[in-house]
Amino acid sequence: MNYLAQEDFSTPWSRVPDLLLPAYGQTWLMVGITMALVVLIGTPVGIILHNTSALGLFPNPRVFNVLNTIVNVGRSLPFLILMAAIIPVTRFIVGTTIGVAAAIVPMTVAGVPFFARLVQNALREVRSDVTDMGLVSGGSHVQVIRSVQLSEALPALAGALTVNTIAMIEYSAIAGSIGAGGVGHLAITYGYNRFDDNIMIATVIALILTIQLVQFTGDRAVKALTR
Amino acid sequence: MIEIENLTKRFGDRTVLDDISLSVGSGEILAVVGPSGAGKSTLSRCVSFLERPTSGTVRVDGKDFSRLDGDELVTARRSVGVIFQTAPLLRRRTVAQNIALPLQYLHATDGSVDKRVTELLDRVGLSDRREFFPAQLSGGQKQRVGIARALALGPSNLLSDEATSGLDPSTTKSILNLLSHLRDEFGLSIILITHEMEVVREVADSVARIEDGRIIERGSVEDIILDPASPLAHELLPDRPSVALRGAGEVWEVSYASRDVPLDWLTSIQSMPGLAGTQVSVLSASVEAIRGVAVGRAVLALSPSTPAGFERQLRDRGLHVRPVGAVSDDEEAA
Repeated sequence: MNYLAQEDFSTPWSRVPDLLLPAYGQTWLMVGITMALVVLIGTPVGIILHNTSALGLFPNPRVFNVLNTIVNVGRSLPFLILMAAIIPVTRFIVGTTIGVAAAIVPMTVAGVPFFARLVQNALREVRSDVTDMGLVSGGSHVQVIRSVQLSEALPALAGALTVNTIAMIEYSAIAGSIGAGGVGHLAITYGYNRFDDNIMIATVIALILTIQLVQFTGDRAVKALTR
Repeated sequence: MIEIENLTKRFGDRTVLDDISLSVGSGEILAVVGPSGAGKSTLSRCVSFLERPTSGTVRVDGKDFSRLDGDELVTARRSVGVIFQTAPLLRRRTVAQNIALPLQYLHATDGSVDKRVTELLDRVGLSDRREFFPAQLSGGQKQRVGIARALALGPSNLLSDEATSGLDPSTTKSILNLLSHLRDEFGLSIILITHEMEVVREVADSVARIEDGRIIERGSVEDIILDPASPLAHELLPDRPSVALRGAGEVWEVSYASRDVPLDWLTSIQSMPGLAGTQVSVLSASVEAIRGVAVGRAVLALSPSTPAGFERQLRDRGLHVRPVGAVSDDEEAA
């Protein structure tokens, strides 16, 4: 049997942390920066999307249709294709097409429309009579968006943030395949290309635990925010 | 004071409100009744400036607010307190924070907000629920919070859009009492949009009935009740199910709404000339006062038959008399 020969390709378990921990750090760096940008850009886009729709505070079919189409286009492309397609943009923005910085650009481009849609859905769930109550209480549009729409939707928004973060962890692994660094890169270069089973197992376990942790934290946040 | 003049609202080519004119003065409660789909909620949204009329005006305290935009519209909305059927509240805010909302929109200082909220909580009887969340309140309590919030800025006008429709009868009564007291205390002009005749009977000074977007009847509750030809008056009369008549007899419905009908009309029937030997059975009867007018309806059975002059004698006393039908022994047997 060939078992022993295969074992030879694997990094000894004692050395796995040396490879895994820096990669894990890179993953969180990519996801963290991306999520910050996604929330910063996606939230206002989602708010405008909801409020220019027929259900919103200032319906505007033209603005809504343009924005809606852009969001749909952004969500149409599989991430791997998107990443390749916007390479010139990535190079223009960060000056390189490999590494952590280069991964953040396509991840943000994919994450913003996703989050915008999640925000729109969360706001749509806020009952229209509650919004009306805010308006007749003398609230301006900005005040009603803040104190009624966003505040009432906060548990749903925490849920959206959780879903989006998990999607970005997944995207970071895909970005790893084209040299972005992180756990995905480690899994591809060592686990897949070099038949390093130990690394493969370690990265899979690390990702499973991470997703569990993110989901658990998210669920706790939703519960804490719900009254 | 709210004055609605020639208000018309169209959605596309569908006319939802057609030339509505109504007004409610200080210290007055106007009930707007009508079946669902009549345009009541559109009227409510026009009066709360959530919807802009296609034509016509809505004037509040003499100022026309129906064509405003932006900041002016926000200011206009503050002049009418609105309470809704569903008592919408912010789920993540406490009772006190919900009531404070309109004050915070005005950037009031924390101290003044706190003082005002304490007053309002006391006024609606919820001082002990200050730190509760909406999910911990009953339907009636939520509506009280809604009323306190609507009054936070001290408007002189209040619009209630089916505010008691989701409540049980005793809670409805207590909410109506509260509105009535607030009207007396602050001289509020109140418009109650409702489909419940009970609400009209309990608190309204005047009433308008809309159907298919038009006003088909309106006037003071007193005038309407006293008008025997009014369909609305008929709806306002207490209508109770009757007991079935046993044996043969002729059934009459006697009704009245008047200040002049002698209150002993029913008990003195037996002594009317010509009624000796006739058995008078009361199958249903009720009397109540609406705006101080005695309003009653009774279904009487006269056995074995109605003596001549019975109808005329009742009419002479100011009662409306209508034959309901006769029951014979044969029918009874069948």
